[in-house]
Amino acid sequence: MELRDLYRDVILDHNRKPRNFGRVEPADAYAEGHNPLCGDRLTVSLRLAGDRVEDVRFEGKGCAISTASASLMTEAVKGKDRAAVQDLFTRMHGLLTRQDATAGPELGKLAALSGVREFPARVKCASLCWHTLNAALDRSGTSVSTE
Amino acid sequence: MAAVPQQSLRSAPLDVERVRSDFPILARRVHGKPLVYLDSAASSQRPLAVLRAVEHYERELHANVHRGVHTLSQEATAAYEGARERVRRFLNARSTREIIFTRGTTESINLVAQSYARPRFGPGDEILITALEHHANIVPWQLVREQTGAKLVVAPIDRRGELRVDELDRLLGDRTRLVAVAHVSNALGTILPVERIIAAAHARGVPVLLDGAQAVPHAPVDVRALGCDFFAFSAHKMYGPTGIGVLYAREELLASMPPWQGGGDMILSVSFDRTTYNELPWKFEAGTPNMSGAVGLAAAIDYIDSLGLDAIAAHEQALLVLATDELARIPGIELIGTAAHKASVLSFVMDGIHAHDLGTILDAEGVAVRTGHHCAMPVMDFFGVPATARASFACYNTAGDVQRLVAALHKAREVFR
Repeated sequence: MELRDLYRDVILDHNRKPRNFGRVEPADAYAEGHNPLCGDRLTVSLRLAGDRVEDVRFEGKGCAISTASASLMTEAVKGKDRAAVQDLFTRMHGLLTRQDATAGPELGKLAALSGVREFPARVKCASLCWHTLNAALDRSGTSVSTE
Repeated sequence: MAAVPQQSLRSAPLDVERVRSDFPILARRVHGKPLVYLDSAASSQRPLAVLRAVEHYERELHANVHRGVHTLSQEATAAYEGARERVRRFLNARSTREIIFTRGTTESINLVAQSYARPRFGPGDEILITALEHHANIVPWQLVREQTGAKLVVAPIDRRGELRVDELDRLLGDRTRLVAVAHVSNALGTILPVERIIAAAHARGVPVLLDGAQAVPHAPVDVRALGCDFFAFSAHKMYGPTGIGVLYAREELLASMPPWQGGGDMILSVSFDRTTYNELPWKFEAGTPNMSGAVGLAAAIDYIDSLGLDAIAAHEQALLVLATDELARIPGIELIGTAAHKASVLSFVMDGIHAHDLGTILDAEGVAVRTGHHCAMPVMDFFGVPATARASFACYNTAGDVQRLVAALHKAREVFR
């Protein structure tokens, strides 16, 4: 277990300077995520062009892992259609939870989060934004929880 | 509890190396580094004396209590009731009829909520708590509020984490039916002026419940000297096992309260028409109790007595002062909870580093602290932080532990450079 595997430069950078921070206004979809373990909350709002995520932003106060994961996620899903987002979600879920998962090239910068699975207490920090994004795409305005 | 425990004349100073050798878990390594355990306010570790007492009970004495004429049942009963007497002496209660074994502080408070408050409170009645309570002293009263229409009134704290006693005085009104307050705040370490609170409440004929979970490991508690009506605590925060705790209540109050749970052991006779409840304290102990837990709690009390609570308190206060000074010198650290009178709890946030990141980095350095909201979300809201890191000190911690904490915090700063 190495701290540098968790706190990689990409993650520290996205924590310090979160990309796509704020709210899409007006938004086509919006969801609030909550991690009751730590009390962290974040919101994901997005605008759709047909089936495609035209713009996506997140807002909230959280740990470095949750902030960086959300920031990286917004960069990764912008411009993708629902099916591609769903595919990324499945791959991220595998990366964060399965020891045998490997980060393929399709994950891009998201691969920086592969160290999280060595820190089981922190997996929810990284996955909260993805669950929230899913909720936003499924139904707008509802709250999700990692529990 | 004295405001700031003084160096005792009665107990010798702690021989902390000897104390540490009583706690086998402290020899553990975590991530290749010697464990520094600074999370005793969440749950303290157990000394060999407690582990052995529990094992002795399980290996030699166990049978169901209060039931059999056979030898083991009698020995188990003697061990269980002996533990009750040990708790009575520890609290200086009048009688073992006033000592109810529960699963812990949470269950003790729920018992009072459901058996004392619920049957007698109605719409407009007020339960007065404070802004620094643990969820265990908030949610049971919210349930009573839903059940009876009573109101929950919250006395505020100030920016140092001190109770605004003047406000509490003002909020004590004609409709106040119960005051329920922490003796010591788990999230902030604040020692509340409970003598003062009890005097103010009793002047109006209002009974007082003290949540003593964080108080009992740090200073002697004498329920008769305090004059509190209810006192709740858990064994596992005072070197005892989990799953066992105590509700102390004045006998006349308990006598006037209906049973909370029904079942075996809490009855004298049962027919389908009519059941006669058992006498105190068993009226409130339905079902087979946690005998080994009670035995472990008694052993924990014996252990604390062997060190001297005043010696423990003096040792912890010295560590608190040292750690407070050391942390104040680390740039970007803000202490949350700076009351004049504190137990050995140090809550803090670090500029630019979330408490959970701190917790992970400290853990990698072998240092165990609590991070999160400490089951006191309203306290976090008050200070405008989502979470804090909390280091808490017990009899087995050392100045070296404080140095390891400080070094780990510098490491965190390095990782987040």
